Amino acid sequence: MSIKDRMSGNEAIATAMRQINPDVFAMFPITPSTEIPQYFAQYVADGQADTEFITVESEHSSLSACMGAEAAGCRAVTATSSAGLSYMNEILYVVASARLPVVMAVATRALTGPININHDYSDSMAERDSGFIQIYSENNQEAYDNYLQAHRIGEHPDVRLPVMICEEGFITSHALENILLEEDDAVKKFVGEYHPENYLLNREAPLAVGPYGVSSYYMEARVAQAEAMKAAKRVILEVAEDFERTFGRHYSFFEEYRMGDAEIALVLMGSSAGTARESVDELREQGVKCGLIKVRVFRPFPAEELAAALQNCKAVAVLDKSEGFSANGGPLYAETAAGCVNMDKRPKLVDIVYGLGGRDFTVEQGIRVLRRLEKIAATGETGPVYTHMGQRDLREEVQ
Amino acid sequence: MKELKTAKINPTQAWQEYPAGLEINEPGTSILNKTGEWRTKIPYWDQTKCKQCLLCTPYCPDSSIPVVDGKRQDFDYDHCKGCGICYSVCPFKAIRWEEV
Repeated sequence: MSIKDRMSGNEAIATAMRQINPDVFAMFPITPSTEIPQYFAQYVADGQADTEFITVESEHSSLSACMGAEAAGCRAVTATSSAGLSYMNEILYVVASARLPVVMAVATRALTGPININHDYSDSMAERDSGFIQIYSENNQEAYDNYLQAHRIGEHPDVRLPVMICEEGFITSHALENILLEEDDAVKKFVGEYHPENYLLNREAPLAVGPYGVSSYYMEARVAQAEAMKAAKRVILEVAEDFERTFGRHYSFFEEYRMGDAEIALVLMGSSAGTARESVDELREQGVKCGLIKVRVFRPFPAEELAAALQNCKAVAVLDKSEGFSANGGPLYAETAAGCVNMDKRPKLVDIVYGLGGRDFTVEQGIRVLRRLEKIAATGETGPVYTHMGQRDLREEVQ
Repeated sequence: MKELKTAKINPTQAWQEYPAGLEINEPGTSILNKTGEWRTKIPYWDQTKCKQCLLCTPYCPDSSIPVVDGKRQDFDYDHCKGCGICYSVCPFKAIRWEEV
């Protein structure tokens, strides 16, 4: 039986961690993820988890400690945000290439500068090519549910990759919402125990992890890692199916909302989906055939599936909550466009960067974007493909 | 000595044939690493001049001058990196040190 409760995203993730009871949690605090280790420290102090809780001197060290623990054969977790994630950058790649399934919660937050503690995806998107699986959550329930699925995905023998479970700084990390928790025993049964084939503490079979890879071996290692990321697509769906069988909540690579006969659509991530559903509903009442797709899994990117879901649309706007400074749109747009490019029939695509550093996203903005898509669908003219939304701007035409 | 599985790993194999993360699943594999390949200069032992004083042996940083029954043998070229210290310390000019 699910348990009705109310809590923040950080507490939801800390609760999932307590139920899983990992072997090691190495932490260094940074807003807005700090509450996760804070809650967890209390669980350890209260004897509700017997995790080795290590307070280290930096994020570079917290992930390094996780890497060592995971290589030793432990289940290791951490949590971070923003500059903390950036400071882990070097080790993210090392953990992923050593094929160690560390699970990390990220309360996503803008990167400096200007210095800012609020939400956008600058931090996690900057690490999109690190080799971590990245799963994004719309709300507290999804943060909890995604976390419960993370270990099984990362630890699967065909995958063996670290996982980032992303929630939104303050929007989900600190706001209290209703939530359905699962019972401790049910969670433990679903997640299972971690028994890696090889691990450093196995004295029967000594092991060396992370050797030097000269030119004649490096590329083979990278191809193996790339294939593991492809294999993760199958495993993510398998784990989601079992999650639905067990707990009754459905997950996939992305969620389609009113896409059945949609001619125009939004592609976005996270909490904005809740707002944008209202925009879609309002226009649907006026007879506009519109819908939205909320991307949950960004790494591995479900390009074929997303393209198939968009193939009957005439115009699509991708909403990017991070600015990649590519002068060609944000990362979600780049992936979506790459996914669609080989389709014979494909929608016109535009990218709108919005919501940076905690800038609000409104129902009215969603409607404005959909109205613009109607025009694009009618005329076939995209106008400017890459624009920003929500900033004060003297150029009226870009708003 | 036990045969090492790692000895079979070589750069003609496909990526599927290697362990994930290039993990090395056994101990003692450094013995397979022939560091002598790094050499850019090479020492030669002139037995006609050598008095077996054994000064060269303890100076060798890579233990590449084997001693059997109190007498030095020829260089272990699998591991000698050609640093030339033996050449410098030999009092009898019994070691030449030349370009490879």
